[in-house]
Amino acid sequence: MRYLPLTPDDRAQMLGVIGAPDIDALFADVPVAARKKDLFDLPKRAGELEVERELGQLAAMNRPAGAGPFFCGAGAYRHHVPASVDHLIQRSEFLTSYTPYQPEIAQGTLQVLFEFQTQVAALTGMDVANASMYDGSTATAEAVMMSQRVTRREKAILSGGLHPHYAAVTQTIAHAEGMEIVRQKAAIDAEADVIAAIDSSVACVVVQTPNVFGVVTDVTRIAEAAHAAGALLIVVTTEAVSFGLLKSPGEMGADIAVAEGQSIGNALNYGGPYVGLFACREKLVRQMPGRLCGETVDAQGRRGYVLTLSTREQHIRREKATSNICTNSGLCALAFTIHLSLLGEVGLRQMAALNHSRARELVAALSGVCEVLTPRFFNEIAVRVANASAVVEALLQDGIVAGVPYSRLAPEAGLDDVLLLAVTETTTSEDIAALSAALKGRLG
Amino acid sequence: MAMNNVGRPTAPGSTPDASAHTSLTGGRGLLQDEPLLFELGGWDKTGVDFDAPAHDASDLGDLVRTAPIGIPGLSEPETLRHYVRLSQKNHAIDLALYPLGSCTMKHNPRLNEKMARVAGFADLHPLQPISTTQGALELMDRLAHWLKTLTGMPAVALTPKAGAHGELCGLLCIKAAHEAAGQGHRRRVLVPTSAHGTNPATAAFVGYSVEEIAQTADGRVDLADLEAKLGPDVAAIMVTNPNTCGLFERDVIEIARVAHAGGAYFYCDGANFNAIVGRVRPGDLGVDAMHINLHKTFSTPHGGGGPGAGPVVLSEALAPFAPAPWLVHGAGGLELVEEARDEAAQTFGRMCAFQGQMGMFVRAYAYMRSHGSDGLRQVAEDAVLNANYIKAVLSAEMTPAFPEGPCMHEALFDDHWLEGTGVTTLDFAKAMIDEGFHPMTMYFPLVVHGAMLIEPTETESKRELDRFCDALLALARAAKAGDVERFTGAPYLAPLGRLDETLAARKPKLTWRPEHASTLAAE
Repeated sequence: MRYLPLTPDDRAQMLGVIGAPDIDALFADVPVAARKKDLFDLPKRAGELEVERELGQLAAMNRPAGAGPFFCGAGAYRHHVPASVDHLIQRSEFLTSYTPYQPEIAQGTLQVLFEFQTQVAALTGMDVANASMYDGSTATAEAVMMSQRVTRREKAILSGGLHPHYAAVTQTIAHAEGMEIVRQKAAIDAEADVIAAIDSSVACVVVQTPNVFGVVTDVTRIAEAAHAAGALLIVVTTEAVSFGLLKSPGEMGADIAVAEGQSIGNALNYGGPYVGLFACREKLVRQMPGRLCGETVDAQGRRGYVLTLSTREQHIRREKATSNICTNSGLCALAFTIHLSLLGEVGLRQMAALNHSRARELVAALSGVCEVLTPRFFNEIAVRVANASAVVEALLQDGIVAGVPYSRLAPEAGLDDVLLLAVTETTTSEDIAALSAALKGRLG
Repeated sequence: MAMNNVGRPTAPGSTPDASAHTSLTGGRGLLQDEPLLFELGGWDKTGVDFDAPAHDASDLGDLVRTAPIGIPGLSEPETLRHYVRLSQKNHAIDLALYPLGSCTMKHNPRLNEKMARVAGFADLHPLQPISTTQGALELMDRLAHWLKTLTGMPAVALTPKAGAHGELCGLLCIKAAHEAAGQGHRRRVLVPTSAHGTNPATAAFVGYSVEEIAQTADGRVDLADLEAKLGPDVAAIMVTNPNTCGLFERDVIEIARVAHAGGAYFYCDGANFNAIVGRVRPGDLGVDAMHINLHKTFSTPHGGGGPGAGPVVLSEALAPFAPAPWLVHGAGGLELVEEARDEAAQTFGRMCAFQGQMGMFVRAYAYMRSHGSDGLRQVAEDAVLNANYIKAVLSAEMTPAFPEGPCMHEALFDDHWLEGTGVTTLDFAKAMIDEGFHPMTMYFPLVVHGAMLIEPTETESKRELDRFCDALLALARAAKAGDVERFTGAPYLAPLGRLDETLAARKPKLTWRPEHASTLAAE
């Protein structure tokens, strides 16, 4: 088998050195009742060609986003990633290395993490950032639990504009940890409604901008209300490219900013792996979850980087750890950092402006076709169409993937007439014209 | 001396001692110092070309970001240089045996990488119509079938994104099952002293109190102690098998029986599944829930710290509580169920947005298909053989923590053999770096003094195993011969020497700041 270097001779020789009569002798501790003599009822080994053929057939049963006009967003976005990003992350030294616990021979990974943390802090307008989380949704749940540690309060308010999956994950995980989670009713432009729910028992309010309906919100007033009550403001962003155009969470008074970083450097991957961004104010850093990379010096005084403040982490702290995260999303963070290094502030601003411009083009094209519900948007809007799921199915016949029905995210929310449409720099004017024409045709 | 056609010698002449040589610019040949991205000066540079937007952002008024963001950019060639230079400061599996016990640093097949990047998988949006992703769902279904068959378990939750996330998923299933059965008062979890730190951390996370189970002299769970600690308030036991000492829990069936008799569930930490895959099914051992690190047993890359994937196999009793979404075979093909639709499903909630680490599912499935049922059995056998070989060879100079009987996929040594040498486990491990190897897992499990946990995996050749053993035996002899500085000052030949972790934690510098550069210069 091509992944197994030992030959039958090697095995015989090694058993001799060990002093074991056969391989079964090395499994002698397994109870007799649990020893499987026969092979499992699964196919036998397959050559690279055969495996490639089977997976190729499965892949061919799917319709890639790039196959035609495509308007899905709602937490995952199709952006163009420069070819050099994927090339670099496949370098053996990045791809096949472990968590950098031995910093002398992991400075490559560690310096990248330090650059990543700096980039994330800058994008979000915060003081410090960690070395990444699993994704935006788990980062949100971790931020809510962090607010409990900081404020010693038990209640979190989630705005009705928060992505329903993010809300569900937060509810599941933070509730398990003993918090009370108040989910406000889904509402297109009602981030400020959280203000009415803030009182002195609240640990945090969670507000998303742009929210799941695409609405951009200045959360400054919410921050003021939260701070006046001694609560933290957590700002969630699912489209990281928006940091290149919109006022940052830090500028608007966020205490913790979390985001999905997939948009930068990472493919859609049918939902994962992605990379969660997590940033906060300096004074909260010791309550922050996840891995942190810090600067230090080596024995000869040369600058270097190490994982630090690990006394918060579970492999050290065991039952006193501050979070559930152990692994982070290293390779996705690397892709993020490389893509952002290529972009720089100049490129990121251009990319963000182009995304927003495409959305303006979309809104103009839908004028007279359907009602646009999103008053202020970045690159995503909600529109009203009766039975959005049926509309998406119908437009599929026209070769168009016409966005995400809100009911796909929250079947029980009663918003069956809301359709979420996202555009990016990969969307062409022809795509937009095709969508507009097809919608017009189908909606009559 | 041979000469080429322009008269230059083709072989080196005599040179002075190279070890004392230093360069004029601070680098070491191909190994160059590389500044931070922020010190490369690309504040007005970009490596991506865009068209000008047709519309401006005037509609957004004062929501627009006007202050500088503070992110430099690089052209494409500069980007390649920067990150390739950084990569060269890393150790990697592709460079040498990477003996981190419990981490399973095996070869990462490149076929897996290729398949994960096929547009039909990589360029799929998690929320596009189900009818356009039937191949992806079919792959998830096949992966699930393999995981269930290999573990002998009836159900699997695919969404957890890492091992610890899988543990959390398993314990949330257990908690929900107890609550549904009116057993919500069960709040205690029993965990052996040798457990991974994530086990007690996860138990505490879901609000359980954690109690340790004692270990026997031969490195296994003390069954009598377990029985004594079980009671009507125990929710679960969490046992790693093979355990973190690299030993199979001989009494595992009895452990499961007494746990079940006491009304507790048996959570198995599946981090070490690599040792038994294809030979032993956890379902036959009485396990109720077990996470599987796809990045360990099933070869998806560790990537310098993730992304991983930690699907959890579940018993009949726990399956109804699995998190959303899950796959069902519907009339029109495969479907994803996002919310509980009937009484049978009592899902505890959701672990993450969307449906899990699809990119890792593709890689793991490609790996399973490549090996097949016969190859996977050989994986376990070769992993165990390699570990026992290392244990046998290194025992000439080092002291195995449990000399009696075979080990499984990893060989555990203590630091008894270093007594009186002035060399610690850490020193020894750092000296391995100078010999071209990554250190083994150190000081874990906690139950063994100065622990050194070596996991070679099945993807090492005998030649590489011998090279590794020769290096460690030579080091061991040097330690015993009093060559202490070789160890206490190590590593000497790595890109950097030992780093000051205390300084890093005392005054954390977690981001680069403009004022940073000047303070460094001043120091």
